[in-house]
Amino acid sequence: MRPGTGLGLGLATLYMSAIVLVPLGAVVWRSRGDGWSGFWHDVTTPEASSTLRLTVGVSLAVAVINAGFGTLIAWVLVRDRFAGKRFVDALIDLPFALPTIVAGLVLLALYGPESPLGVDLAYTRPGVVVALLFVTLPFVVRTVQPVLIELDREMEEAAASLGATRATIFRRIILPNLMPAIAAGTALSFARAISEYGATVLISGNLPFKTQVASVHIFSQIENDNTTGAAAVSTVLLLVSLVVLLSLDLVQRWAVRRD
Amino acid sequence: MRMRTGGRFARATGLVVAVTLAVGAAACGDDDTAASDGSGGSVDLVAYSTPQEAYADIIEAFKADGHDGVDVSESYGASGDQSRAVEAGQPADYVAFSLEPDVNRLVEADLVADDWNSGQYHGMVTDSVVVLVVRPGNPKNIESWDDLIEDDVEVVTPNPFTSGGARWNVMAAYGAQIQQGRSEDEAQQYLADLFANVIVQDDSARKSLQTFSGGAGDVLLAYENEAIFAQQSGEDIEYIVPDDTILIENPVALTTGGADDQAAEDFLDFVYTTDAQRIFADHGYRPVVEGVAEPNEFPTPSGLFTIDDFGGWSEVSSTFFDPEDSVMADVERGIGVSTGG
Amino acid sequence: MTDAPSPVVRYGMRILALGYLAFLLVIPVGLVFWRTFENGIGPVIEALSSPLAKHAFTVTLQVASIAVVANTIFGVAVSLLLVRHEFRGKRILNTLIDLPLAVSPVIVGLALILVYGRLEPVGGWLSERGIDIIFAVPGMAMATIFVSLPLVVRAVVPVLEEVGIEQEQAAWTLGASPIQTFRRITLPAIRWGLAYGIVLTLARSLGEFGAIAVVSGRIRGKTQTLTLFVEERFQNFDEHAAYAAAFALAGVAVVALVAMNISRPEES
Repeated sequence: MRPGTGLGLGLATLYMSAIVLVPLGAVVWRSRGDGWSGFWHDVTTPEASSTLRLTVGVSLAVAVINAGFGTLIAWVLVRDRFAGKRFVDALIDLPFALPTIVAGLVLLALYGPESPLGVDLAYTRPGVVVALLFVTLPFVVRTVQPVLIELDREMEEAAASLGATRATIFRRIILPNLMPAIAAGTALSFARAISEYGATVLISGNLPFKTQVASVHIFSQIENDNTTGAAAVSTVLLLVSLVVLLSLDLVQRWAVRRD
Repeated sequence: MRMRTGGRFARATGLVVAVTLAVGAAACGDDDTAASDGSGGSVDLVAYSTPQEAYADIIEAFKADGHDGVDVSESYGASGDQSRAVEAGQPADYVAFSLEPDVNRLVEADLVADDWNSGQYHGMVTDSVVVLVVRPGNPKNIESWDDLIEDDVEVVTPNPFTSGGARWNVMAAYGAQIQQGRSEDEAQQYLADLFANVIVQDDSARKSLQTFSGGAGDVLLAYENEAIFAQQSGEDIEYIVPDDTILIENPVALTTGGADDQAAEDFLDFVYTTDAQRIFADHGYRPVVEGVAEPNEFPTPSGLFTIDDFGGWSEVSSTFFDPEDSVMADVERGIGVSTGG
Repeated sequence: MTDAPSPVVRYGMRILALGYLAFLLVIPVGLVFWRTFENGIGPVIEALSSPLAKHAFTVTLQVASIAVVANTIFGVAVSLLLVRHEFRGKRILNTLIDLPLAVSPVIVGLALILVYGRLEPVGGWLSERGIDIIFAVPGMAMATIFVSLPLVVRAVVPVLEEVGIEQEQAAWTLGASPIQTFRRITLPAIRWGLAYGIVLTLARSLGEFGAIAVVSGRIRGKTQTLTLFVEERFQNFDEHAAYAAAFALAGVAVVALVAMNISRPEES
């Protein structure tokens, strides 16, 4: 091991433990309060399973839409040229800058009952999807952009000179190179979507069994002094995220090996 | 090397960020909190969110009444959240919540004495009633609880599992049915019909008021003082006090730490004075002290009932609001299943 | 030279991308801007100069500063670890760093209270020694650090990987110490990635609401951040003060983001 690895690793672990790992561990520990049967019960009540299915389902939809549109936007920002492009590029990070409560409020104003655009998505699942799309916008765009920029045009040019159509070039040369980045951004946007509270809570209407996301359900469990139940559902969400993040890691390694 | 031209700008950006942070950190140095130097003691007030404006005025009156050396810190939030925060160790001398169970939580945690409600006013400092808030001119002609279950009426109320205010709403609706002579089963069926008309369940009472003000729904179930506050804030709404409705009683208490604190005791005494109760009344709360309200300021509904008519909150919480097995759990599930889950 | 795409395809893609951005991003943010300034700039300044707003701004900056500094140091250190060093468990560390993104703010608050609350073992021990974490600035800083943890790392790692190790190795062979190498070779090389990560961390820290709401105690003038102030003003039908404060929050972050983006050299 190089000098400094041990010390650096030790300090990094300490920092992460104190702030992230031990507190999250306490939540998981807390969910064991009623034993395994209690845990299973807490996550399979009609409310819990409905909200988990809704949250995961909506987040998957959001992740897929982001994979598509995020790649498109990254493509346009890298390969296209138009006035104001740098400004548009700078705007992509805006969702990070806006507090989620404000985002929620503004989306409700635009796409809710008093919408100047005549679109009323309030208290519906599409409304939840729109709020989540706002919050997760930067993820795929920002992971794909650097890769697109670094992409070696020679292969594309060689393929073109051999008579390949643009569609074929995209499908067989560009896309495989972008896949790890797209996968990374998609996984991050999924992880972010399942945990979102502020932006969705206003536009969703929190209708149980219809538009109540997991974060609100967890909050409701805490409100009813059922901390163990809240911890149980949170633990499930954490596990789902871990699985998604680990899968992403696998996809990236597989893609690198294929090169 | 392509980074070369950017050097100056990188430093500039860093400078902008650093200066912003430094200005902020420096600004925190001078603490220009008004008036009090804390020489008269301090009171940590932790309350639910709606009486914020009222307490601002009451604290001012308190200080003007010979307590200007007292430093009162204020914290407002959802009743349940605040109660849990105090339970988790948030410093508090004087606590004011929306409903009794939030005080009982602290009693069980040995943070509030058992006899907090043994005084003349049973620990309650203000009253209110559940009202029906409607659009100006009342276009859907809503006059009573029965109108709420009509087909074309959209109702707004918070979620009873996250909001204390929603629980008062539910018990008012249920109680009104019983009061009108219906059976328990019929009253529960009414709740199911009512919630089938609910289009959005915000997580707090104040949020549902804002949802309604924002244009959603035909009628909002809310506290009377909330409706009055909205009107005073310029919102364009009307409200109807149904004949049959529940008396909302808001508790206050001193924590065990606060009970040792002379300033906190003085403050608790002060909120029962005519001056303080008058301030509450000006903000839409019904005073508990006799003679403070003007004769017709807060008319008493003919069919007014209280939570004690249903066994008190401990009974009601488990029968109606247990998340897994209760009347409201069945109601929510019934709707969920019928709308496809 | 690859065939240029047909104009139809090129314009089609551009319109689709820009249209998506317009409806999802530009118009909503424009609405915030419009609602903030619809009565002119006077009311905005007035709303932001109230003592409570100033206190909230101060608290926010205090907490955000701590989070930015802490996560920058951590971020650079961990990036170096991940890219330049080998050790077992590297993949696990990599995954764990992204975990905070997936945690709901309600849980962040709950998690921190379970460990550092006054009535819990660790928190109680600290409290007896006069160190208050929850319901005070340290707890709020921890919550903010938690939610913005991955940002610097994720911005710096790709740059570190791309820059490569040759220059650093050259410096070592010439006798430079690790610190000298870091300061004069590595740091300048990752400058832009680091700036981006810092600006994102600042933006995230300024905008944090959910977790802070749980651990702060909401004590006006003492632990009320600007985001909590925004919520309070909304709840009291004081929309103008709420939008003004939200604009201030977003404004600082947006200015930093745009300045950084525009002054970054054009990618080749």
